[in-house]
Amino acid sequence: MAIDVPTLRKEFPTLQREVGGRRLVYLDSAASSQTPEIVLEAMDRYYRTYRSNVHRGVYRLAEEATDAYEGARSALARLVGADPRGVVFTKNATEACNLIAYGWVRRNLGPGDALLCTVMEHHANMVPFVHAANELGFEVRHVTLTPEGRLDLEQAAALVADGRVRFAAFTHVSNTLGTINDVPALAAIVRGANADAIVHVDGTQAVPHLPVDIAALGVDSYALTGHKMFGPTGIGALVADPALLERMEPFLTGGDMIRDVTLTGATWNDVPHRFEAGTPMIAEAAGLSAAIAFLEGIGTDAVRAHEVELGTTFLSALSAAEGVDIHGPMTMEDRGGAISFTLDGVHPHDVGAVLDDRGVCVRVGHHCCKPLMRELGVNATVRVSLHVYNDEDDLEPLLDGLSAARQMFAS
Amino acid sequence: MSELEDLYQEIILDHYRKPRNRAPGLSGEDAHVHHSNPLCGDEMDLRVRIRDGVLDGIAFDGEGCSISQASASAMSVAVLGRPVDDVLGLVEEFRLMMHGETPSRSDDLGDGMVFEGVARFPVRVKCALLGWMALRDAIDTFRRGHEANDVTHEDHHE
Repeated sequence: MAIDVPTLRKEFPTLQREVGGRRLVYLDSAASSQTPEIVLEAMDRYYRTYRSNVHRGVYRLAEEATDAYEGARSALARLVGADPRGVVFTKNATEACNLIAYGWVRRNLGPGDALLCTVMEHHANMVPFVHAANELGFEVRHVTLTPEGRLDLEQAAALVADGRVRFAAFTHVSNTLGTINDVPALAAIVRGANADAIVHVDGTQAVPHLPVDIAALGVDSYALTGHKMFGPTGIGALVADPALLERMEPFLTGGDMIRDVTLTGATWNDVPHRFEAGTPMIAEAAGLSAAIAFLEGIGTDAVRAHEVELGTTFLSALSAAEGVDIHGPMTMEDRGGAISFTLDGVHPHDVGAVLDDRGVCVRVGHHCCKPLMRELGVNATVRVSLHVYNDEDDLEPLLDGLSAARQMFAS
Repeated sequence: MSELEDLYQEIILDHYRKPRNRAPGLSGEDAHVHHSNPLCGDEMDLRVRIRDGVLDGIAFDGEGCSISQASASAMSVAVLGRPVDDVLGLVEEFRLMMHGETPSRSDDLGDGMVFEGVARFPVRVKCALLGWMALRDAIDTFRRGHEANDVTHEDHHE
């Protein structure tokens, strides 16, 4: 069923705001999505009615807090087609990528080994591995792009052919180009050359926008974050095969993650708890549960259909606009709703300032993808990104702003 | 005046469209610094020639937003031909102005004065300062007896 955007918008308090007397046009959901009332209420309810710690108390409030926290784990597992024992809550997707980097990569790769990455990665899914490689002496190989802005799978096959790639890290959906990568195909290429290779995927930009079934994708580990899927900031997850988690060492130790402690050592709790040291983000987990219910209420298929329709409109209008040069695939086939572009004669920062003056929020800069920016031959781009609360009404203020920016700077 | 017009005054746009002392090189350069701002990807190369304690030549080049490029252009006009100690004093005047202080040498800052309003846009202060901080560094680099330096501006690195 088509999404009724004007009705849906009413559920987001921030979207009721005006900026400089104009309706707020929020086109930056790839950076962070807005929060619906039910998520705010769920977090408020924790603090007002059952605030207490998890996994500890024997009293009712503590049981309710534990249920809320573990309930979020089950809800997330259901949403992405995973085993709840494989869901490790982290602060964000960056921490999730670091968890696999510290928990597995740094303990298993060394000189003579190789790790496969891509040039389109967000720094979060690149720096933890490159940093490890520089310290431990393994090699990092990068899949490059086709002219259309997709991963070059033929080149990827050549990169793994010697069988030395033992770990692959790549994104499901590019936060900058919008490209939806063929995860099963790349995973098969990696495993075809080395059956034991671990495949780790950054799903940050996928889970909020697409139906995601990690079991069907056939990957070992998948990072995601709550704040781009209507949830609060401060909660993300590494969703991994529990058998892989069993073979990983924790990189944060302390309370709650132990089975026994003596004065000279400790043994670890079961997975996933051994990776969640200290009091976790309980209110945020309650908020995430509500966000998942909100997303499931709309339906991930409907979210994707809305994005394809609206993305097609935005892509065609932007490509027709004077001076606009889009970086990334030009159709919505295997493409998400993040659209990066440059405006001839106007620096992205100035485009952002002119749009801000019109109440239009976009991201300008390198989008935490500096290697990709170098690949594209630009310092920065403007990025528009869509979500369920955007519709065609958001297009005109954007186009007007771009035309005003051209007039101001490029005339 | 709207906030936006306040930020992008006509003099600023003029410096952006017709930058003064913008060049990829400088004959007889004594120091060359490269500064970048990781927030917005701005890059600036600044070259200086110093003769008898006077800033005898200046050239900037790079990629950046209108504020960073126009500010460097206005700066180059204001500082050229001044003794380097005087230049450093003017750089400090501009830096303090970006932190909301009223400059005492407004005449000497020349077109640099039109950036006074930028102080109210905290995310753009670094843009306006990029060229000025590069100039300060170029003079420091020269005085330390070096010819080149490379600086990345993190948060409030001034």
